[in-house]
Amino acid sequence: MLLSEQTYSGFLFLAPWLVFAPVVGLLVNIIFGGRLSEKAIGWLASAASGASFVVSVLLAMTVAGNHGEVLRWRLAEWMSVGSLTIDWTFRVDSLSTTMMLVVSGVGTLIHIYAIGYMHEDVRFKNDVGRFRRFFVFLNLFIAMMMILVSGDSYMMLFVGWEGVGLCSFLLIGFWYEMDTLARPSWANSNAAKKAFITNRVGDFGFLIAGFLMFWYLGSFQFDSVFEAAKAAPPGIIVAITLFMLVGVAGKSAQIPLYVWLPDAMAGPTPVSALIHAATMVTAGVYLITRSAPLYTLVPQAQYIVAMTGAVTALFAATIAVGQYDIKKVLAYSTISQLGFMVAAVGMGAFVAGMFHLVTHAFFKALLFLSAGSVILGLERGHHHLAHHEHKKESDDSRRRRSRETLRQAQDSASDSKDHHEEVFDPGDMRNMGGLRKTMPVTFWLYIIGTLALAGIFPFAGFWSKDEILADAFTEGFGAVYWLLTIAAFFTAFYMGRQIWMVFFGEARHEAAAHAEESKPIITVPLMVLALLSVVGGALNLPGLHTLTEWLEHTIEVHAGEFVMSVALISTGLALLAIFISWLLYGRNPLKAGQPDPLKKPLGFIFTGMENKWFVDEAYWAVFVDRYVDISRFLADVIDWRFWHDWFHDKVIAGTYNWLSNIALNDYADQRGIDAFANALGKWTQSLSAAMRKVQNGFVRSYALSVLLGVVLILGYLLLK
Amino acid sequence: MVPVNYYIILSAILFTIGAVGVLIRRNPLVIFMSVELMLNAANLAMVAFSSVYKSFSGQIFVFFVIAVAAAEVAVGLALIVEIFKTKHNINVDEMNSLKG
Repeated sequence: MLLSEQTYSGFLFLAPWLVFAPVVGLLVNIIFGGRLSEKAIGWLASAASGASFVVSVLLAMTVAGNHGEVLRWRLAEWMSVGSLTIDWTFRVDSLSTTMMLVVSGVGTLIHIYAIGYMHEDVRFKNDVGRFRRFFVFLNLFIAMMMILVSGDSYMMLFVGWEGVGLCSFLLIGFWYEMDTLARPSWANSNAAKKAFITNRVGDFGFLIAGFLMFWYLGSFQFDSVFEAAKAAPPGIIVAITLFMLVGVAGKSAQIPLYVWLPDAMAGPTPVSALIHAATMVTAGVYLITRSAPLYTLVPQAQYIVAMTGAVTALFAATIAVGQYDIKKVLAYSTISQLGFMVAAVGMGAFVAGMFHLVTHAFFKALLFLSAGSVILGLERGHHHLAHHEHKKESDDSRRRRSRETLRQAQDSASDSKDHHEEVFDPGDMRNMGGLRKTMPVTFWLYIIGTLALAGIFPFAGFWSKDEILADAFTEGFGAVYWLLTIAAFFTAFYMGRQIWMVFFGEARHEAAAHAEESKPIITVPLMVLALLSVVGGALNLPGLHTLTEWLEHTIEVHAGEFVMSVALISTGLALLAIFISWLLYGRNPLKAGQPDPLKKPLGFIFTGMENKWFVDEAYWAVFVDRYVDISRFLADVIDWRFWHDWFHDKVIAGTYNWLSNIALNDYADQRGIDAFANALGKWTQSLSAAMRKVQNGFVRSYALSVLLGVVLILGYLLLK
Repeated sequence: MVPVNYYIILSAILFTIGAVGVLIRRNPLVIFMSVELMLNAANLAMVAFSSVYKSFSGQIFVFFVIAVAAAEVAVGLALIVEIFKTKHNINVDEMNSLKG
């Protein structure tokens, strides 16, 4: 019987190991990591994540073997309150296994990459404890992400949702006591706080959606919610879906809550790739896809979702054009591509959205990790230079000296110009140039990622982006189609700009001239990702619709058509954008210190792009400053002057003093209780003085008393 | 035969004379005699009832009373002798050292 059950459910019994494998990994690293070497810690964490990937593959095979039927594995009851029962159930269907494969697959590659990257990070300084902490956080992230995608109810999804938010916070602020250039500063922790707080705003929306869901639909379990939603008034569904969109905007960095993602680049590059590009930020897209039956009920909400995504896609793409930091460009590109996905799922093109999610995970992880490789290459060049200059100084003393410089800077936050050592930003594209000669492997990998992102045939991004555009075109979302097409044009442009600035022309800094290629532990995971970025489009080729058929078991889908004119327009625009970027940046390479060639023709528009359209400043002025004002008002006026000075000191303490001094002390205590006690004492005294006279010592008077007593008693008895 | 009432009345008169004697006399010897008078008043009542009810228990009780009275007098006279030895006086009105 057991055997037949097992053959039916395949490897379903392994489902909890999606979460347990990384948890075991992180526990081993926490408990025994102190005795392990750096390599052992890293490979252990990678193996834990890899185990999760193996489980995902087996589960996907199980789903395929069951013709896409939804499988559930109930692990435990989480809570039961009144009519509400929430189980920790693993939902294994085609949609969740797709996410599991992406998360654990890309996650494992990034774990391996991080072994090499974290060792070389300038801030590492052989601090193995930090190294261990990094991999514990990464494993925790994989566990939380697995809870998110495998949950069978909105509550379990929310647990993972908050868990990945926590990991994001921990990892953005990983180097919490220094900034990205290893100078003592709170910049990284501030970025972490910004991400966390912005996500709280989104989570508040998610929570409201959850409360409404429970109140009107009576459940959190996906299928019961979708069943109940069919009979619910549309107004409620609109409210639920729109509040959910607030949550999506927070997690998936959409307007108006996207501002945290660019700052999140403060985290180590593997974190940017894993959490802030490939997996966590796509949780919002997954949430909408999972809630497809809700969204399809209310076209109004769908339209708002689609427009949010499309506007974000274009808005973020324009900002990316004006950025100089190699990771910031990619961050805004991520926001833009997430806008594509949100727009797709908003239009009801869930498969297109998921398709783009998967391919984007491949090529954006590739781009981020390659950017990390570039940064490391520049750091190596810079190190080489410094070494060359101070040849006589031993490496040790140099390190000690730089640490002293750090301490000085910490003591007197004086301007860094005074210090002899210049502050070199290895992430600034203006310091790069000509890297194709010094870092050829990274160069070719970067080219593949760029072509995939720009949507050039036949790379993965071409197929997924075109499916979104074609869906927008054929489903009658005209505005969305044009916004996304223009965004695609900008995408190709800023990626072209990046390629020309980073890899072509001449080195604009000595460090770039001396850059060195990365080791295989860094480049091999990149090659795997590059391969996936090339062939990822095969997942859902027009005419084959593999992904569509895979996902149709879980959500209602329609096969996207391939529209030749749409494909030609977008490819043409992408090629045109790359050509323009060549005209501006490739033909006449940027010289050191030369301003961006776009600055002159665009004027204040470029200033806007450069400064992120001043959105941060506007948020600061509108929300943060007002919030500070309100807090100050509450603290100074309400709390201190009203509650403390007036209410507490005057009213409560004053009344108490009055009561105790006058009412209680004078009246109640002295004139009441004291007077009674004193009178009682005096009365007892005088009574006893009177009684004492009776006891005169004369036997005869006592005998008389006895006689009188006897007479009285006898009299009483006789006369009774 | 003399009715029992007469005995009881005589007994009551003797008891009253004894009690008043105890209260008003100042000489302890006389007080002792008054106490004896009260005891014997009670003896008389008991003997009378004993003859009425044809029971010896009253008479046996009287023997006990006489014996106890004799012992009491012996103790009492010894006390009086001791008081006289210390105070050279036996007037009860001057003996009030028990007062509080």
